[in-house]
Amino acid sequence: MPQVAARPQYPTDHPSVPVRFAAGDRVRVRKTFPLGHIRTPFYIRGHSGVIERYCGNFPVPEELAQMRSGLPAQPLYRVRFLQREVWPDYAGRADDVIEIEIFQHWLEAVKT
Amino acid sequence: MSERGKPNELGEYRPLSYFQLMEVSLRELLVEKGIVSDAEVQATLEDMRARGPDAGARVVARAWVDADFKARLLENGTRACEAFGLDVPALRLVVVENTPQVHNVIVCTLCSCYPRMLLGLPPDWYKSRHYRSRVVREPRTVLQEFGLRLPEAVQLRVHDSTADMRYLVLPMRPAGTAGWSEAQLASIVTRDCMIGVAVPDTSGSE
Repeated sequence: MPQVAARPQYPTDHPSVPVRFAAGDRVRVRKTFPLGHIRTPFYIRGHSGVIERYCGNFPVPEELAQMRSGLPAQPLYRVRFLQREVWPDYAGRADDVIEIEIFQHWLEAVKT
Repeated sequence: MSERGKPNELGEYRPLSYFQLMEVSLRELLVEKGIVSDAEVQATLEDMRARGPDAGARVVARAWVDADFKARLLENGTRACEAFGLDVPALRLVVVENTPQVHNVIVCTLCSCYPRMLLGLPPDWYKSRHYRSRVVREPRTVLQEFGLRLPEAVQLRVHDSTADMRYLVLPMRPAGTAGWSEAQLASIVTRDCMIGVAVPDTSGSE
C-alpha cells in the first residue's frame, strides 16, 4: 500500500528505502526486543500512534553502532501517541500526547 | 580533560570511573596517533563550555517580534537559524510552539540529546534518570516540581528526542511586554523556558 509522503522536513541525499507513510497515517511500533544499539525506547514498543511529520531519511542507528554505513537510509518520522494509551494509569488530560522519532523499519501500518 | 582523576578543588582524590578511564584512553590514543592535538581538544571543550542559552533566547525574541521569521522557524528551524546568522552545524532543529491551548516539554529518554548549539551544555537534571524516566510518564507532576502548574485546559505534549532531530520550545510572549526591545525580550527567555519546564517571567525585569 504505497503512499505519497509529504515533503520531508529535512531532506537528505542518502540512498534510501521507499517512504511508506505520510502525516496522519496510523502506525504501530513493532514489539520486538533485538540486542544492540536501538533508538526505539522500550516503553513505546507495541503501541500505536499517528505520523505527525516525516523528518527525512537517515542512516540506520543499529548499523551505525556496528561501524557500518547504515545505508540504505530509513525514513524517520515523528509519531504522536496518546499518553492514556501508553500509560494505563496516566493522570493528565485525555488528549495529552507524547511524540517520538521512530525509524520506518520499526513501524507497521495499522488498518483503519 | 578536566581535573578528573586528580585532586579536585577541595583536595579530595577520586579514582577515575570506567567511562572516565575510557575517555582518557581514547583521547590519549587519538593524540598519540596525531589525529587530534591536545590543543584542539581543549579548544573544542572551551567552545562548548562557553556556549550558553543566549543564542536560543535571541531566536525566541526574534520570533516574538517577527511573524515571518516565526513561520520560517516552525517550518525549518535550522534554515531559519542560519538565516538569522547563527552557526548551527549538525543541528536539525524542530521548534515546537506553546499556545494558550498547548504546552510543550522536551526530554531525551535514551541519553541526553539537546540543542547544544543553541542552549549550550544541558543541565545535570536533564541528564538524570529521574527526569528522563518521569517526565514521559507523569509530566504534569514533574512540571509542578519545577514550579510550573499548567491549567487543566492546556494540552501537554512531551517530545522525546530519540534520533536525529533536536527540539526547542518557543514559549508564549508574556503579557505586558509590548514595546520591549528584542534584547529586553531575550533577557526573560531562560534555558528552562526553552526546554519547557518553565515559562518566561517578567516580574524581575521592568
